[in-house]
Amino acid sequence: MLSRIAESMFWIGRYVERAEDTARILDVQTQRILEDAATDEETACRSLLAVMGTDLSPSEKAGLSQLLDRLAYDTTSPTSMAFALGAAREAARGARETLSVPLWEALNTTYRAIPAGQFKHMRAPFIFGWVRDRVAQINGTADATMMRDESWQFLMLGRYVERADMTSRLVATTSLTSTGGASQWNSTLRACGAYDAFLRVNKGVETEQAAAEFLLLDRIFPRSVVHALQRAEGALDTLEGTTRRAGFSDEAHRLIGRMRASLEYRPLHDLLADLPAEMERLQVTCAEATEAVTKRYFAGAEALAWQSVRGA
Amino acid sequence: MSQMFDAYETRDPAYDEMFAGGGLRPAYQRLGDSLGRLSASELSSRVEAMQASYLDQGVTFDIGGEERAFPLDIVPRVIERDAWATIDKGVQQRVKALELFLADVYDEGKVFEDGVIPREVITTSSHYHRAAAGVHPANGVRIQVSGIDLIRDNAGEFRVLEDNVRVPSGVSYVMTNRRAISAALPETIAEHRIRPVANYPQKLLAALRAAAPAGVADPTVVVLTPGIYNGAYFEHALLARTMGVELVEGRDLVCRNGQVLMRTTKGLAPVHVIYRRIDDDFLDPVHFRPDSMLGCVGLIDAARMGNVTLANAVGNGVADDKLVYTYMPDIIRYYLAEDPVIRNVDTWRMGEASSREEVLDRLDELVLKPVDGSGGKGIVIGPAASARELDVLREKIMEAPRSWIAQPVVQLSTVPTFIDGHLGARHVDLRPFAVNDGEKVWVLPGGLTRVALAEGELIVNSSRGGGSKDTWVLAGPTSSRRVNRNQSQSQSQSQSQSQSQGVV
Repeated sequence: MLSRIAESMFWIGRYVERAEDTARILDVQTQRILEDAATDEETACRSLLAVMGTDLSPSEKAGLSQLLDRLAYDTTSPTSMAFALGAAREAARGARETLSVPLWEALNTTYRAIPAGQFKHMRAPFIFGWVRDRVAQINGTADATMMRDESWQFLMLGRYVERADMTSRLVATTSLTSTGGASQWNSTLRACGAYDAFLRVNKGVETEQAAAEFLLLDRIFPRSVVHALQRAEGALDTLEGTTRRAGFSDEAHRLIGRMRASLEYRPLHDLLADLPAEMERLQVTCAEATEAVTKRYFAGAEALAWQSVRGA
Repeated sequence: MSQMFDAYETRDPAYDEMFAGGGLRPAYQRLGDSLGRLSASELSSRVEAMQASYLDQGVTFDIGGEERAFPLDIVPRVIERDAWATIDKGVQQRVKALELFLADVYDEGKVFEDGVIPREVITTSSHYHRAAAGVHPANGVRIQVSGIDLIRDNAGEFRVLEDNVRVPSGVSYVMTNRRAISAALPETIAEHRIRPVANYPQKLLAALRAAAPAGVADPTVVVLTPGIYNGAYFEHALLARTMGVELVEGRDLVCRNGQVLMRTTKGLAPVHVIYRRIDDDFLDPVHFRPDSMLGCVGLIDAARMGNVTLANAVGNGVADDKLVYTYMPDIIRYYLAEDPVIRNVDTWRMGEASSREEVLDRLDELVLKPVDGSGGKGIVIGPAASARELDVLREKIMEAPRSWIAQPVVQLSTVPTFIDGHLGARHVDLRPFAVNDGEKVWVLPGGLTRVALAEGELIVNSSRGGGSKDTWVLAGPTSSRRVNRNQSQSQSQSQSQSQSQGVV
């Protein structure tokens, strides 16, 4: 397939996932800021924005409304859901002849809520649910209508690299603001739709440690970091197409595999000792893997000015 | 019929395609009966649904960076079988003559020696490209796709307004309009036998494959687009998707050793036929505009070496030059020894002193067109222009007479058009699309009807606020009506008489 189209598919995967994950993170964090009297609004908003890769200048007021602007509504802010949905649609527009018609329409109708003004009139937390629903429709339509060919693999690769990155941010925000112990991990689990599953797995015992382990390392929970990395590896494997007797020829594959091994083979307490730094390392790996994929598969196409939050 | 058409007024002396002397013309009998059963508010809600679905599907075009739904009027235009047979024959004839003309112009130039058309007319055309001289297309075809614009004069006769043999656009709307109207007027469409338009992409693909360089058994065809910000991007994507070929941009292509290759995830892959939707000037910065980012360095050389086919061919613009248009009747007679099936609109060349004098005296009655304009740019309609505008025009003509032609104000025919809840007569033209695979020139039965949405407006280009209509070419004869339940219903109401009095 054309390199340019492959690149578009990869970024459709990333942006769509980013919109959903941002909605999930905002849902939990805004609720916490509103409900928890012990949380200082200004500090909480600043640290959340920093984790999401965007900074307010110290002179700017940082409140809930600025937070929602930057991460939800502002179409010019590269960290916002509005921006991600617009960018996904823009990428889809350039790859339109290769997308199934229903998939294109799902992306297009979602995007159209933004210029039509409907998007900015939806309030929190309603808008978080709306974005999750739309993304579910986009992903479901892709699942039901796309050939499992190369373009599918690039879509999956983009989705899972982004998911690993975003789940790591969700974990980082939790550990960063974690003053109230297990209850904050509970809301993070809820944001991932994982709370019930977590309780079932852990027979109802809630501990911070168990929650972090679940979100980071569970192999069969679809939003965990390790699961996302596994799926990204799977996509790279299929794209590479040859069975090697030793090692991997693909730099992105090596980077992601090494990261996953380092998460999985270290003692949990070691991992949890400095969670924010660990998560940052993961995010850097995702950025480097993206670079490697770009070099190998998309380099044919001229460097596109993809707006990327953290140089990915 | 209901009161839907009661207040409808034709615009004399323009030919109204639906009504004649107060009654429905035969071709429109069923359409009139069927639409008459709907109320205006019902029609309005169907129009809304139609527009919403165009936006959702992304059937849009850009005006100044803003995406809008492509405007489609809900009232179709009907062309009866016999009228279409003439168009079909006339367009085929025109394309054949244009092919022979182009082959001659870029080769021996017999047409000049035999005195049919002065050589200067060609060599002074901005669309004449020496790069195209001496290039022999693989299957002899230079005009894979053409759009010959037709109008219907006050007597109802179809006339050729202009030839488009470079990169005519609009065919995607022919296909999407049909689907949209089927959804909006399912009952009406079921009552008609209409020739289908959906097989266009297969015809085009076959013609493109037939044009592949010699020796390539299974050619790779691509569509070359300027990119998503181009006004016709929707069309480029639709054609690529429905032909099952890649849609490439200039940056996806690279030329090596006279071969054109595209960048894929598995390396460079050869390309054999490029259906290019980029103007000549932007194709290759080596030969044309050096600042163009849209094309690809080396494309023209690869085409000259016969390693890749560009469709349509480079240099075709000389054939749709508006000055060459004035010679078309002679060109047809010269190459085919036939009279034109469809006549030109009467035209004066400003380069000729006697015509110029006559026209300059009557500027306020005529339409003046720049010969290398397109999209309605630069056209001055005499009766609608101010004295000052006419003075400016007069100066421009004196400065560069070769650049202008004059035509009488042709009242384009009208078709009822639904605007703001009412039906009004609006002027239309017709762009039939023809595909030449080297064996046969195939004319898509339908074509794009463009409609000027403002009352009395004669310029129909979508860049100037024009809309479109689904164009129905009837498959069967129109005179003998099949008796069906719809007919008995409309007759029992016998409203066609009473409503006809409302029509002037």
